[in-house]
Amino acid sequence: MAKELSIISKSTQKFDGKERVTGKAIYGHDIELPNMLHGMILRTKYPCANIISIDTSAAKALEGVACVITADDADVNMIGYKRDHPILKSKTVNCIRDEIAAVAATTKDIARKALSLIKVEYDVKKGIFNPFDALKENAPKINLAGKGLEQFANKNIAESFHYEHGELDVQKAKSKVIISKRYTLPRVAHSCLGTSNITADYSKLNGCLTLWASTQVPFLYQRDIAHALKMEPSKIRIIQPTIGGAFGSKLDMLPFEPICALLSIKTGKPVQILYNREEEFIASPTRQTMVIDLTTGADETSRFTFREVKITMDNGAYTSWGATTPFVMMQTFSSLYQVPACSFQADAVYTNNPFAGSFRGYGNPQATFSVERNINLMAKELGIGNDEIRLLNANYKGEITGQRLHYKTCGAKPALEKVIKESHYKVKEKKKNQGRYKTGIGLASMLHVGGGAKIYRSDGCGTRLKLDHYGYLTIFTGSSEIGQGSETILAMIAAEELGIPFEKIKVINTDTDVKPWDVGVHASRTSFVSGNSLLGAIKLIKEKLNKQVSKLLCVEAGDFSYKNGLIITGDKEIKIDKIVRDMHFGLPNELCVAEYFYEPPSDFQDKQFRGNVSGNYAFASQAIEVEVDTYTGNVKVLDVYVSQDVGRVLNPLGLQGQIEGGVVMGIGYALTEEMIFENGNLINPSFHGYKLLTSTDIPNIHFYPIETFDEAGPYGSKGVGEAPLIPTAPAIANAVANAIGVEFCSLPLTPEKVLKAIKEKTII
Amino acid sequence: MNSLIEITFTINGEKMVRKVKPSLLLINLIRDELKLKGTKPGCLEGECGACTVLVDGIAINSCMYLAVNVEGKSITTIEGLGTLEKPLNKVQEKMLEHGAVQCGFCTSGIVLSIKSFSDKCKAQGKVPTRNEVKKSLEGHLCRCTGYVKIINAAEAVYK
Repeated sequence: MAKELSIISKSTQKFDGKERVTGKAIYGHDIELPNMLHGMILRTKYPCANIISIDTSAAKALEGVACVITADDADVNMIGYKRDHPILKSKTVNCIRDEIAAVAATTKDIARKALSLIKVEYDVKKGIFNPFDALKENAPKINLAGKGLEQFANKNIAESFHYEHGELDVQKAKSKVIISKRYTLPRVAHSCLGTSNITADYSKLNGCLTLWASTQVPFLYQRDIAHALKMEPSKIRIIQPTIGGAFGSKLDMLPFEPICALLSIKTGKPVQILYNREEEFIASPTRQTMVIDLTTGADETSRFTFREVKITMDNGAYTSWGATTPFVMMQTFSSLYQVPACSFQADAVYTNNPFAGSFRGYGNPQATFSVERNINLMAKELGIGNDEIRLLNANYKGEITGQRLHYKTCGAKPALEKVIKESHYKVKEKKKNQGRYKTGIGLASMLHVGGGAKIYRSDGCGTRLKLDHYGYLTIFTGSSEIGQGSETILAMIAAEELGIPFEKIKVINTDTDVKPWDVGVHASRTSFVSGNSLLGAIKLIKEKLNKQVSKLLCVEAGDFSYKNGLIITGDKEIKIDKIVRDMHFGLPNELCVAEYFYEPPSDFQDKQFRGNVSGNYAFASQAIEVEVDTYTGNVKVLDVYVSQDVGRVLNPLGLQGQIEGGVVMGIGYALTEEMIFENGNLINPSFHGYKLLTSTDIPNIHFYPIETFDEAGPYGSKGVGEAPLIPTAPAIANAVANAIGVEFCSLPLTPEKVLKAIKEKTII
Repeated sequence: MNSLIEITFTINGEKMVRKVKPSLLLINLIRDELKLKGTKPGCLEGECGACTVLVDGIAINSCMYLAVNVEGKSITTIEGLGTLEKPLNKVQEKMLEHGAVQCGFCTSGIVLSIKSFSDKCKAQGKVPTRNEVKKSLEGHLCRCTGYVKIINAAEAVYK
């Protein structure tokens, strides 16, 4: 199907792995600049209050304190997706994260002491911590900058999405079975091992600001910082140190970042802010908690008829990118399986809780949980197998969905068939077990963008190539490495196409002054867009090289092959570095460089959210076997069977790592993770109270990639990063239902919750 | 500053004498004073294992260990594993071969834990079971890999 490849599709070690495994990689926490000050932030004591006064005089007088700032010292713009978020709060505080003042001092101890000397007088108010309370007529307006009344139906609505296709009433009338359920999804934390950090260095000499920032979207971030600080974007240079995990958490610029820049601007010295773990839990983004009211139907042949969904998202006090997760959720409701009619409404509602952000899957784990649970409930009513109903309604190649997503390739059915077969689903589902431990098996599928998502004005990525006189290739890419392995993929592509060995390839991807533009790491897009962009640049540089070769060797320009640092044509070969020298020092006296900007062939969606928004689409299914301890309520995941349409496997080793990491994150979402809030205060802001899985919790993970060779992706590939965690939680909940007969509509399935459900069922 | 206490210890093979505050944590001695930044601060509450170093060959959380307690002891940090001739030791090689490194923030601590457990097993002449390997890694949090590849890498070290 494709040409013979020697590097692509072969397991390749992480290109930038040696630095990470030896402790040499420099993360933001490791940066120390001369005369650097340490910044810290005073946050509110109460989630909802008026500020009567702020007295910073004692803090300012403390020896070693260089600067104390409050909102009065900052001529700044509001930030956030809806520009409804002041970076320092002066009159009111709206959630427990709120920043009131910041200090810069010569040591961390002095900075901490200075914070304790700042006196804030509050007039404490009763907060609103539930979106349904916030929607009530008599509720006060929570975010005063919100535009709910002007734009939407309620003063406390921050953002709202409506989508529909098909004839809902007709499909309802056709339905033999209709299931309505309310699903409640928890707030969970990214829990990056490296906490949030930034180092800012402002030069009074030229007005330039350098930020060492672990953003995953450096060019949007540069624009956002510029907006916040009323600066010119190009005066701001973003350098990304090695990033200790992101998973979406570094999509939004948060207040601590412009605050750190302000401290540097005010002092003329470099300033660093590092979060501790408690601050990381309290003051970095989370996944959205939401309530999903879903009604779905199927006709007498078990074909799906319609989905009607109303989602109420807890937006928190300010609006981040998290409010736009309905973009992704509506794709799942409208287009995961064949759906003749769909009506979708999602409202992000202001509350006095912390605001959520973007998190791997971007709403899709929540949406898929509700869809896949409802499918099981419909199958039960219809008397059809959980596997059969899914196969019957599976998406197919060539399908153009109601939302106009065009599946030019589609591995949905093959993925389902694969996990059903490999897991022995049919046999295991019917297994009856008695006694304390009961096993069960569950199925779930998912759909996610695989070729970027055109939601900004461009979904593109730039690449520049420099081939030097010694045969070394430098790839300047707009894309960012956040641990996911994008540098490795780029090096593999370059090595494959240009025959240059890995040790002669460098990837430069951390400096906005140097690298070309890219939207950033999100939507599982990086290998897709940066790979295509690199292939475009390679084509151009090869044209130059081929021309020079044909001139030098007096042969027709044709299909030369590139291997082991040589360019080969027929029985003639020449070293690639010799060609570069010839090109540079001889005629045409040119550098051997090329640049290319790749824009995916996707469409902007119209005002009704219709359009083929991605270059291609990823499909996946999981079958998961669990064992429930009916004495303790503990759910143990035994085996996870994953099949995913990845288009084409680029790096099996890296791909498997994404799958396993995603699945385990999904198991945590299903079973153990939850940020517990009481009246706006987080009561478990540590790894003691917030339970991540450890090595002893890990099941057997069996992975079966499906290759559909989609023409839009590099070598036929699709994005893979987010998909593996999306179907995990519903597959587990379906498995638990199979084991003990209890249908859960919320997460996580903690032992307490499972035990209670078992007991109540027994009583009933 | 007469409250400082003099301690003598070896770090990565180099003998040192330092005066430290009694409250100084080992992680801060290593990172802030000795500038060995490969030891990572993940939680500073003994939960994540990112700051693991070896003290007399035993893996400990350097965020839960007072610097004064290294008196007379030998510390190994991630920087002390490789040599000029052989910059990667076996654990590091296996971690890379098995794809056990993604963002890398947890990696230093995990490498040192595996080294410690592997030395212990070797001394006892035993090859640990997969469950024992999993148990030996329980003190480390990793958000990227899902642990499978780390467990595989560790198993390969013991073989």
